[in-house]
Amino acid sequence: MGDPTTTPALDVPVLQVSGATVRFGRETALDSVDFRMFAGEVHSLMGENGAGKSTLIKALTGALPLDAGEIRLDGQPVRIPSPLEAQRHGIRTVYQEIDLLPNLSVAENIALGREPRRYGGIDWPAMRRLASEVLAELGLTIDPASQLGTHSLAVQQLVAIARAISTDVRVLVLDEPTSSLDADEVAELFRVIRELKDRGVAVLFISHFLDQVYEICDRITVLRGGVLVGEYRTTELLRIDLVQKMLGREITEQRVRRPSDPEPGTRVVLGARQLRRWPRVHDADIEVREAEVVGLAGLLGSGRTELARTLAGVDQPDGGVIVLDGTPTTIAGPRRGIGLGVVYSSENRRTEGIIAELTVRENIVLALQAQRGILRLMPRARQTELAASWIEALGIRPESPETIAGTLSGGNQQKVLLARLLALAPRALLLDEPTRGIDVGAKVEVQNLVGELAANGMSVVFISAELEEVLRVSTRIVVLRDGLVVATLPADELSSGSLLAMVTQPDDGD
Amino acid sequence: MTKIFKHRLVLPIAALVALILVNTISRPSFVSITVRDGQLYGSVIDILRNSAPLMLVALGMTIVIATRGIDLSVGALMAVSGAVALTIIDGSGSPDSPATLGIAIAAGVTVTLIFGAWNGFLVSVLGIQPIIATLVLMLAGRGIALLITGGFITTVTSTPYKFMSQGYLLGLPFAFYVSVVAIVLVALIQRRTALGVLTESVGINPEASRLAGVRSRGIVWGAYAVSGLLAGFAGILYSSNIMAADANAAGQYIELDAILAVVLGGTSLMGGKFSIAGTVIGVFTIQTLKSTITFLGVPPAVSPLFMAMVVVIVVLVQSQRVRNGASKLWATVSSRKEAEVAR
Repeated sequence: MGDPTTTPALDVPVLQVSGATVRFGRETALDSVDFRMFAGEVHSLMGENGAGKSTLIKALTGALPLDAGEIRLDGQPVRIPSPLEAQRHGIRTVYQEIDLLPNLSVAENIALGREPRRYGGIDWPAMRRLASEVLAELGLTIDPASQLGTHSLAVQQLVAIARAISTDVRVLVLDEPTSSLDADEVAELFRVIRELKDRGVAVLFISHFLDQVYEICDRITVLRGGVLVGEYRTTELLRIDLVQKMLGREITEQRVRRPSDPEPGTRVVLGARQLRRWPRVHDADIEVREAEVVGLAGLLGSGRTELARTLAGVDQPDGGVIVLDGTPTTIAGPRRGIGLGVVYSSENRRTEGIIAELTVRENIVLALQAQRGILRLMPRARQTELAASWIEALGIRPESPETIAGTLSGGNQQKVLLARLLALAPRALLLDEPTRGIDVGAKVEVQNLVGELAANGMSVVFISAELEEVLRVSTRIVVLRDGLVVATLPADELSSGSLLAMVTQPDDGD
Repeated sequence: MTKIFKHRLVLPIAALVALILVNTISRPSFVSITVRDGQLYGSVIDILRNSAPLMLVALGMTIVIATRGIDLSVGALMAVSGAVALTIIDGSGSPDSPATLGIAIAAGVTVTLIFGAWNGFLVSVLGIQPIIATLVLMLAGRGIALLITGGFITTVTSTPYKFMSQGYLLGLPFAFYVSVVAIVLVALIQRRTALGVLTESVGINPEASRLAGVRSRGIVWGAYAVSGLLAGFAGILYSSNIMAADANAAGQYIELDAILAVVLGGTSLMGGKFSIAGTVIGVFTIQTLKSTITFLGVPPAVSPLFMAMVVVIVVLVQSQRVRNGASKLWATVSSRKEAEVAR
């Protein structure tokens, strides 16, 4: 919890952006967002995947240009065209993946790029002195001459921070710094953050662990879908309110059900018992019946994606059994899964879905062709016919099968991806955030399609960060928290309010 | 009309045509073909014949590059297949018999096929970076070839073996037919089966392909095996041309020429979309360039520099960024002109 006594006087923010807008092609990743940070405060940026967190950070640290908007440092307008310029302004970033050189010494890493010089060479004693000073400041008792790679990830993370604060740092951005740390290491990191805070550094702490955010942060800014939701004092924002703001839509107590709901079958098509996949799936039990949509509800990091991937055989379980039609089955990879009629659509449409440089036709036919084998090339006429029929069925625009898939809008790419999987006539379809980043119209179309597929007997697993959407689409809902299945309930026994309460960790002291 | 200009092969073809024009203007004899004893002779015919080893290697390289890989070992594998084949012919009692020839060639290319499969194993199963994985055989291959020949340059006399690179069939060099057969086979296998599109898919987005059930491991593995096999045939042609297994000179730097031919043909080193026709044009471009260098009397010591300059120009012309910049510049210049006219 933020300590009110340490909150400094609020005058001019150290860093302030107004109207920040970033576009990628036709997608607007950040839509005139206002954001500010004060000296001596720890600020958190919260939001689900695609909310625009990383885009905003990149814009602030010069890694990405703003299409519109203004950045002010101490009230003065500045331009930050490159990371180097950001560093010159005292804005330093420590990324999630440590971007240091493990085969160099700790001192070399700290001084990298601005080594103290003497007689045209590197002043090694001065460098070691500098490193020792910074390390001492952080309370790190490691030898500056030791090789960085020999230390634990936590220590490497702290060295990255040491590198950042060894310059005149005013704004320190920590992007998911705790994702690879254990509890003691997190405590150590927090001690350092508090010290920096006392020195008047503005710290931006990004983490999807609510506990940590509530422990260390003074202020929280929430983004959703590239738009600012609001800025709040941590002490004045209940966790459940935070989560609701992240996930969107005011909570309505009315029950949401699809109008034409078929009676779900009773036969279990795909299921798992005690399924484990380190570190995000712990002893999960799940059943997906014929003609039903099972929604996986949980926050980012709850294990919803990992559970779906493991269930589809895309990732291999560390333990437990996958049961297909009542028979324990090993699904050794996605190819085998497709053969068995279990298909998975990734949440990362661009990196794990669309083959951007191939045509819509080639993308739609791909999985079916892979299944037929290399030698049995589907005749071109048949390919075009198949692609055209899916283009019509799903309303893909533009309609030409020969359009390069990468040029389509997000919603149409998603439909192409769905067409690829549906062409396989699967029995179980696992959809990971199929509506993320697509416009409202396409979203509703995808939701309706999922309903129709289930009505025709398909078993569907549906993942979405939007709880409302999960409620609307699903027959039953599996609630996940921190990699654990905490409940499995029929959707009509849940309101979005009660579902929200279930996916959120309880507040301390509640 | 604009569609023709946007076709991906326009620039490679334009480069080749320009090169041929330069040659024709500076020496009209370049395009002349004479007939002697029913056989065709001339600079162009020489290019068709001499380009055969590079053609084979570049075809394999195209497939490997399409998978996001690269094969540096092809030159060394040429040395290996030549060494194996000539050692067998050298050791046999009847160097002119078709059986000896068949066994020698089969043994040579089988060995390089196995080496190619080894490259593929390192890349696709062990996940080693292609440049490192194939560097192993690039360095070790010539050593293996020397081991096979016992450290000597094995020379043989075998009329049918010599025929492969120097003989004529129906008026054209036999080696050219070898090129044509290889081009047709590779094109058919890639485009008449699903292999081509699946290879492109793996090259563009390996993870998405895996999730779509594509056997990416097998496809990558196969690409290196085919590259090894084709390098083996190229080695046979090379050794047939000089009738010797020279482990150090065989296929020297051919991997670089092959990569260049693939790039000139418009296939990106980032993998994905590939063009067999583009590679064929790229090979002819490089071979024509080499013949030009010889003709212009550029000293051999300087010829790599000359070659490099031409390549830089061609690659710059093909670069999307340079072209965008040039069209922007052109737009600015022409709008200024218009403004001046208006004034």
